Parts: sequence; structure tokens; C-alpha cells
Amino acid sequence: MNTTISTRQETNTDFEVRSLDAVCINESTLKHPWWYNFKYLFAGILFGILLVKAEVISWFRIQEMFRLQSFHMYGVIGSAVMVGMIGVWLIKKFKIKTIHGEPIVLHPKTFNKGQVYGGLIFGFGWAITGACPGPLFALIGNGATAVIVVLLSAIAGTWVYGLLRDKLPH
Amino acid sequence: MNFIEWISQPWPWYISGPLIGLTVPLLLLLGNKSFGISSSLRHICAACLPANISFFKYDWKKEAWNLFFVAGIVAGAFLVAYFFADPQPVQLNPQLVDELKGYGIDDYSKLAPVQIFNWPALLTAKGFIMMVAGGFLVGFGTRYAGGCTSGHAIMGLSNLQLPSLIATICFMAGGFIMANLVLPFILQL
Repeated sequence: MNTTISTRQETNTDFEVRSLDAVCINESTLKHPWWYNFKYLFAGILFGILLVKAEVISWFRIQEMFRLQSFHMYGVIGSAVMVGMIGVWLIKKFKIKTIHGEPIVLHPKTFNKGQVYGGLIFGFGWAITGACPGPLFALIGNGATAVIVVLLSAIAGTWVYGLLRDKLPH
Repeated sequence: MNFIEWISQPWPWYISGPLIGLTVPLLLLLGNKSFGISSSLRHICAACLPANISFFKYDWKKEAWNLFFVAGIVAGAFLVAYFFADPQPVQLNPQLVDELKGYGIDDYSKLAPVQIFNWPALLTAKGFIMMVAGGFLVGFGTRYAGGCTSGHAIMGLSNLQLPSLIATICFMAGGFIMANLVLPFILQL
């Protein structure tokens, strides 16, 4: 068995920043003052209202979904995806620019085994807590203060993933 | 029925779903941002405790928009709770209500069961598993998968990405396995 480490291929630690986390790419060459970020705060407020009024932050609704007892969640996610698809298609077709006049760039995702293993692990957590990351924030705002612990634990889970990342199969 | 009463009702899926979908083009138009929420947890790690881990050594300030967005989610949910919350308990499938009664869950006053998600419950085995272990799985799993329901299921599928479809199928598979095969045992604790 060859144990020389020098012959081992360099593990690419940058692949993830580019491909697994498209959100971590900031293509914008524009330099805006920090307070421009308030537009995202307002977008977040609208989204938070939607999450609550759609009842998708409800643990009960998530249990219904995983027991096939209600169409509600499937309707919400399905119609959201349909509208999102149409939106992205229109942006691509008409080469629509951002409000600051920049071309919109979308990033393809590359497959890696993490999407299967991580996907299943997240699915387990989703069924237990009845919340994905967005609803965790919404539940806290909505007054379920104990969910702060769930959110802190999710941050800890993210951190541990970062710690173990090079040892995990991807 | 006045406006506040009208808007306080739960919004049906065919209203709320398409509006959630509009978040995708909205964020692209506002500044070329790909919709995704779990990344905010990574940015929090990068900002608070990078601990020399390469995964957290990047310029998180460039991604500050994502933290503004999740702060907005907290604020938006707060506004609903104080100004137009639904006064009625969540309307659920009676089968689920029956099943949950067996585990002693019968309080439907809030969107999340207060009998499970409360501070004192943290000291019980059931509460610890559901809040601490469950939360850990959400954070670890979403990052390992490279996205959550928003980044993969909504943004990724909107952009017709096959890896996102695979991830979404695995989210659902994990949820079905847990909710039907494992969770009943946890709820009985």
C-alpha cells in the first residue's frame, strides 16, 4: 500500500465556493455603500410575511406534508417553483438587467455526493424541527423564542460541517 | 369583513406559493443575488467563529445582503404576529390531529407546537432531541447539500439544475423516513 502523501492529488478546497455555494460568489463590480443592503432587508420582510401567512413555518403543516395528508405544502412549493422558473426564463430570454444596469448572471450547480448525503440529513432535521433555515428565522420573529436554540444548533451544525468538510465524501 | 380581518386569514397556497416564487426574480433584479437562506448560517460562522477553518475564510462582508435578508425575515414574521396574525388555530387533517393526540399534543394555538418547542422542554430527552439535535441536522445537512429548500428546491429548480432536483428528492426522502418511521418513537418519549 502506497502511503506517500506527496503523490496524493491536491484536494480542491475552492471547488465549493465556486460551485456548491453559488451564493458565495459576488460578481458585482459595482461598489455600493453598505446601506444599499436595506433593499434586501425589505425583500426579507416581505418574504418573512409570506412564510408566516402561507403557514409553511408550521411544524404541523410539515408533518401533514410528510404524511401525504394535505396538498397545501406541495401546492406552495410547486407553485413557487413554477413562478420562479418563469421568472428566470424571462430574465434569460430578454436578457433583463438588474436595477443597477448589470447583466444578470446565473450559476449552474455541479453534482456531488453531498447533495445526496446532506440532502437526506437535512430531510431528517426538517421532519423533526418542522423547519428549514428560512422558517427558523420566521418562527423566532413570530414569537417562538425557544426556536433560538434550534437556530443556534443549526449554526453549530454548519460550523461542524466546515470543520469536517475535507473528511466527508463529496 | 374589514381589511385587517381579511389579510389576517391564512393565505391559500395558490396565493402564497406564487408570491414566494417571485422572490427568485426579485433578488436577481435587485442586485444579481441568488435566492438562498442556509448560506446565512455559514456567513454567521465566518463572521463570529472562523477558527482558521478554510471553509469560513472568505470575505463574508461581501455577502452581507444575505444577513440583511434573514434579518428581514425575522422582522416580517414579527409584523405578522403583532398586526395581522391568524386568530384561528391551524386547520389540519383530522388524521394528524388524532395521531398527535396520542403523543399528548393538543395545543394548536401557535404555528409550532408549544408543547414541544418551549424553554423548559430543553431539559427533557424529547425536547433536546427535537430542538438541539434536530437543529444540528438542519444546519449540517443543508451545508453538506450546498443549499436548503430555498437555494435548491426553489432557486435551483427555477434554474433547471439537475443537482438541485437530486437534492430536493433527498430532502423529501429524508423527511418521509424521519416523519413516518423514526419521529413516532421520539414523540413517545
